[in-house]
Amino acid sequence: MSILVDKNTTFLVQGITGREAVNLTRECLDYGSKVVGGVTPGRAGRDIYGVPVYDCVRDVVAKHGPVHGSIISVPPGFVRDAAFEAIENGIRLIVIVTENIPRQEVAQMVELAALRGTRIIGPNCLGLITPGECKMGGIGGPAANTRQAYSRGPIGIMSRSGGMTTEIASTLTAAGLGQSTAVSIGGDAIIGTTYAELMPLFEADPETKAIAIYSEPGGRMEAELAEWVVAHRSRLPIVAFMAGRFMDEMQGMRFGHAGTIVEGKEDTTAAKIERMEKAGISVAERIEQIPELIRKRLAEAR
Amino acid sequence: MRFYEYESKALFRRHGMPLGKSGLAKSADEAKRVAAEIGGPVVLKSQVLSGGRMKAGAVKFADAPDEAARHYETIVPILVNGQKCRAVLVEEKTPVAQEYFAAITWDGRRKCPVLVFSDMGGIDIEEVAEKHPEHVSKTHFSSLFPITPRIAKEAIAATGVTGDALNRLTPIVFELMRVFLAYDLTLAEINPLARLADGRFVVLDGHIDMEAEARGKHKKLLADLGIGPEETRQAREATPFEIKGAEVNAADHRGVAGNVVEFDGNLGLVIGAGGGSLTLFDAVRKHGGKPANYCEIGGNPSVSKAKELTKLILSKPGVEKIAVMMNVVSNTRVDIVARGVIKGCIEAGKKPSDVIAIFRIPGAWEGEGFKILAKYGVDYCDRSVSMYEAAGRAVAKMK
Repeated sequence: MSILVDKNTTFLVQGITGREAVNLTRECLDYGSKVVGGVTPGRAGRDIYGVPVYDCVRDVVAKHGPVHGSIISVPPGFVRDAAFEAIENGIRLIVIVTENIPRQEVAQMVELAALRGTRIIGPNCLGLITPGECKMGGIGGPAANTRQAYSRGPIGIMSRSGGMTTEIASTLTAAGLGQSTAVSIGGDAIIGTTYAELMPLFEADPETKAIAIYSEPGGRMEAELAEWVVAHRSRLPIVAFMAGRFMDEMQGMRFGHAGTIVEGKEDTTAAKIERMEKAGISVAERIEQIPELIRKRLAEAR
Repeated sequence: MRFYEYESKALFRRHGMPLGKSGLAKSADEAKRVAAEIGGPVVLKSQVLSGGRMKAGAVKFADAPDEAARHYETIVPILVNGQKCRAVLVEEKTPVAQEYFAAITWDGRRKCPVLVFSDMGGIDIEEVAEKHPEHVSKTHFSSLFPITPRIAKEAIAATGVTGDALNRLTPIVFELMRVFLAYDLTLAEINPLARLADGRFVVLDGHIDMEAEARGKHKKLLADLGIGPEETRQAREATPFEIKGAEVNAADHRGVAGNVVEFDGNLGLVIGAGGGSLTLFDAVRKHGGKPANYCEIGGNPSVSKAKELTKLILSKPGVEKIAVMMNVVSNTRVDIVARGVIKGCIEAGKKPSDVIAIFRIPGAWEGEGFKILAKYGVDYCDRSVSMYEAAGRAVAKMK
């Protein structure tokens, strides 16, 4: 088992003829993902590494349905419309790769998605992967690199940084701990799916035994996770890594991702670490401590 | 991106919100002239990108134009939380019967806008919420469906406001909601929103933040308000080193070598990506290292971009060595960064093996990258050395 994607997952790529989209299509195909179609308006009839291109999502669904997901890799000004198109054509899992989208547009996409029963991952993310089954997005990079970093196993990963998702997976893999599903949730102030919103899925997945998360200053996502864990008496031990500790003294400066800014005390790493530890989440000082902390927590749980 | 008060008010005025008579002064003579035009008592307010003006003494009252001119001279040199005064807003002083608070911002957890209203304005809203929760309402609303004035009405009435005040407040607060959505704002605040003795309402102070990502969408408004694209409105002004960093990033559209932030240490950092940079910067400091800068490379920058960034960092006074480090990379190519960094060292007149304290970028095309590094005798490592350990190796060489 896994969450969100598995070997049967089919998806399309919106904006498939763009430079980045061509690369990630190649990587996903090489990894064995089922990329059934692509959309770029006006480019119907072409193909990208054998993946047929259409003008509309409707056409992909009609010819290759059922289609479970879509990766959106179009310029910022076109993302909202692309997401609406996917949602209204019955796509139930959307990965938005694009960054620099104003949060109002993100909120609008999230609102429509919630009404229709679609889940959005991102924006400003690298997608998600169930090792050995499906890579949906640029996560892990070329297939050979992805296979080196990710291996199958009991750890779920959620990360506000796409690159750090792979750093953590690589560290876990080297320590003999594989992953059930790893999700790059995105670095913006408003994102489609937060840690707390993914928790019920991991909770319901019998393969997942523990969670590793990467977090940063800014926002209330860690507080939300801490509340969720306590309220639902989660069975899953969680180990968090908190980056950006230097930002605690640098109020108002934006580093890293769009959502990474300290505006008030609640945004600081110190406040977040305190809240998470109170909720029973272990906080690692260094990435390489994550495997040992997970092993310790799993042993305690037994 | 924060607006000055006078810019916020210019936007409010366009939307028909009630404002007192005012004028912007950039000299004592102008302050005197505006005060004379208004006639009667005025308030002079420093135009500065920070709260806490009153406490800092950057708000003063004057009964006559000469007094206004004197206050101008007092206010201008005052730094408010380190921020400089750009001009002084001279505004008619109005007799206030009651102050209200209205603000709209984003609720990241609910993923929609939230209207916060209080009939106890003028003071810290967090404090009011704590001590008098019945006087603060929080109302979430859709950013997808059309909004109507009843949302504002319900929010205002929830604090106990009724009668004429409710009917006069509703259109003002509703307009604030529309402004918030129309211009991709992250904050639209009126505090205080004053009721005068005669029952009229006036916006006394306003605070607007526009999302940086939305600047391109609202070029016309920004041009009308006189906000140029060069104005970043960051928490502190960019240094010449940081401006050069932005130029390096803008010179070439391939990949990112951006967000260069100056620090005063001796170890230059060529680090990435978003999350990796935060992790590595912490690691360097934890080892007792002194970073000369922060930066973020990623998205597969070109050789020339990596080269120019390296040269820029090496050119910074006090930089003795650089550490080139990233998390395991997916789309950035190790060999391209290696090539760019080595070229940068050579063009800066330095020997790569002397000046590169450590190169730790594992991932895509690492075999090719490591070959190049070995050829130049650069100390490099693969993913078996953690980001933390790599930072430690770099810092150890600085002692």
